[in-house]
Amino acid sequence: MTTRTVLDPTGEHTPAGKAALPRKDSLAGVTVGLLDISKARGDVFLDRLAELLSDRGIAVRRYAKPTFARPAPVDLRYEISTTCDVVIEALAD
Amino acid sequence: MTVAGLPSDGLVAVVKQDCPTCVLVEPVLAELAAAAGLTVVSQDDPGFPASVEKVVDDTDLELSYRLGIETVPTLLQFSAGDEVRRTQGWLRPAWEELAGVDGLGAQLPEHKPGCGSRTLDPGVAEELLVRHGGPALRSRRVEVAELEDEADALFDRGWTDGLPVVAPTEARVLRMLGGTSRAPDEVVAVIPPDLVEATVEKIAVNAVLAGCRPEYLPVVLAAVEAACTDEFCAHGLLATTWDAGPAILVNGPVAKAIGMNSGINVLGQGNRANATIGRALQLVIRNLGGGRPGGVDRATHGNPGKYTFCFAEDEDGSPWEPLSVSRGVAPGTSAVTLFAAEGPRGLADQTSRTPESLAGSLAAGLRSVAHPSMPMAFDATLLVGPEHGRVFGDAGWSRQRLAAELDELMAYDPDEINADALSGQITGRTPKFRQGGLLIAHAGGRAGMFSAVIGGWVGGSKGSQSVTREVRP
Repeated sequence: MTTRTVLDPTGEHTPAGKAALPRKDSLAGVTVGLLDISKARGDVFLDRLAELLSDRGIAVRRYAKPTFARPAPVDLRYEISTTCDVVIEALAD
Repeated sequence: MTVAGLPSDGLVAVVKQDCPTCVLVEPVLAELAAAAGLTVVSQDDPGFPASVEKVVDDTDLELSYRLGIETVPTLLQFSAGDEVRRTQGWLRPAWEELAGVDGLGAQLPEHKPGCGSRTLDPGVAEELLVRHGGPALRSRRVEVAELEDEADALFDRGWTDGLPVVAPTEARVLRMLGGTSRAPDEVVAVIPPDLVEATVEKIAVNAVLAGCRPEYLPVVLAAVEAACTDEFCAHGLLATTWDAGPAILVNGPVAKAIGMNSGINVLGQGNRANATIGRALQLVIRNLGGGRPGGVDRATHGNPGKYTFCFAEDEDGSPWEPLSVSRGVAPGTSAVTLFAAEGPRGLADQTSRTPESLAGSLAAGLRSVAHPSMPMAFDATLLVGPEHGRVFGDAGWSRQRLAAELDELMAYDPDEINADALSGQITGRTPKFRQGGLLIAHAGGRAGMFSAVIGGWVGGSKGSQSVTREVRP
């Protein structure tokens, strides 16, 4: 029995090791992005969150994906990543 | 160009001791070696033929491979390094003409067929391809250790859909690449969700895993191309909690050429082309695109078609033109049509004898897609069985006519609709499907007054649209 060689069927992307940012201890002084993915009634949930956050003096920015069925457009992702410290996404309906 | 190890002018005979015809012609080989400077190349035993003083040892088969020998003995004539002529087996007049010598092998029969060249022995051919031929493969090499079970090793690396796969050895991948004229490094598509460029080679590796034969590869390539268009939106279809996945319908001559099933049990098991082409697409999305259940694939239930879902349209028995032709592909041209598909559901109507009555049954079944009271939700495909197709064919209903009649039969009155998103907005009749959201194809066994409803997914620009692509060699 000998060693067999096979060809790698994957994209050969060794995991880039992108670790998530550490969770914030507090929302003081941060900008919170609220992302509506356009699922039914996601806006109801996010409207209430926006109220609660604003009442606490936290800056809120609102975003929406054009459709939940597709990934967020590159520009939208860029804008969120450069203007927000924290994102809350309304995923389900 | 001179073949290394051979004279640039004169005669060459390729033989093996294990061939009765080669043994039979030994006196002729000895005569030509002495009189006409014949060079004898032996594939298995450099001591054969004993009566020839100098025999070229080709036990590693490199010369035979480079000469493209299929039969032994083969007698070749070279001039200025180029092969001029060759003859296979023993045929006295052919040998005499090629050697320019009369009266060869007077004791021999006039004719005796040769034997297979060792280069074509099972396993040997693949090894030679790796050693001497084929394009350089760029994929990373992965060693499977001696004590690893091959099936387990490939599963453990995460490369399978849960069923065993065929190990993608270099030899198998090279053989697979023989199925297309496209260059191995040509980029076919960018595969979601990781957006990895898929070369012909990488797709071939996955086609080997899936169990494809080389002649299926052009269909797999076309399917991958179609799946990765913006219109088809394979990313969304993969990511959705809905259960649909990509299905492939094949039209045109390639379907018969590779032995696809369009008849009995068309959506079921048992046909290698149907089974492995659909599987190859799924493995490309899994392995190259990185799309895996629990990762980006969030389907609530999924469906068995996510292992594989590929079939051919029954064009011969169809009352209609091929689906690909209805979608703009020239008749006689092979094509794939990709569409989002849940599991199929049979629809039995054994009593309707008129197209109007039968269309009513089909419309009722189609209305259940997504939700019976919800219009304009998901797309769907209607697979009309031959016994149902006959009813429409006899009545002269075209595919377009059937689609229009179904549209009317399926439409909702406002009070029939139960959909949050549409409440209050509906005043008139509402179609079940968006324009172009219902595909109608013809396939299945000749017996059974059945059709199949295959629900889809969100259609149009907000979801997945069916996509047709020609199959290129």
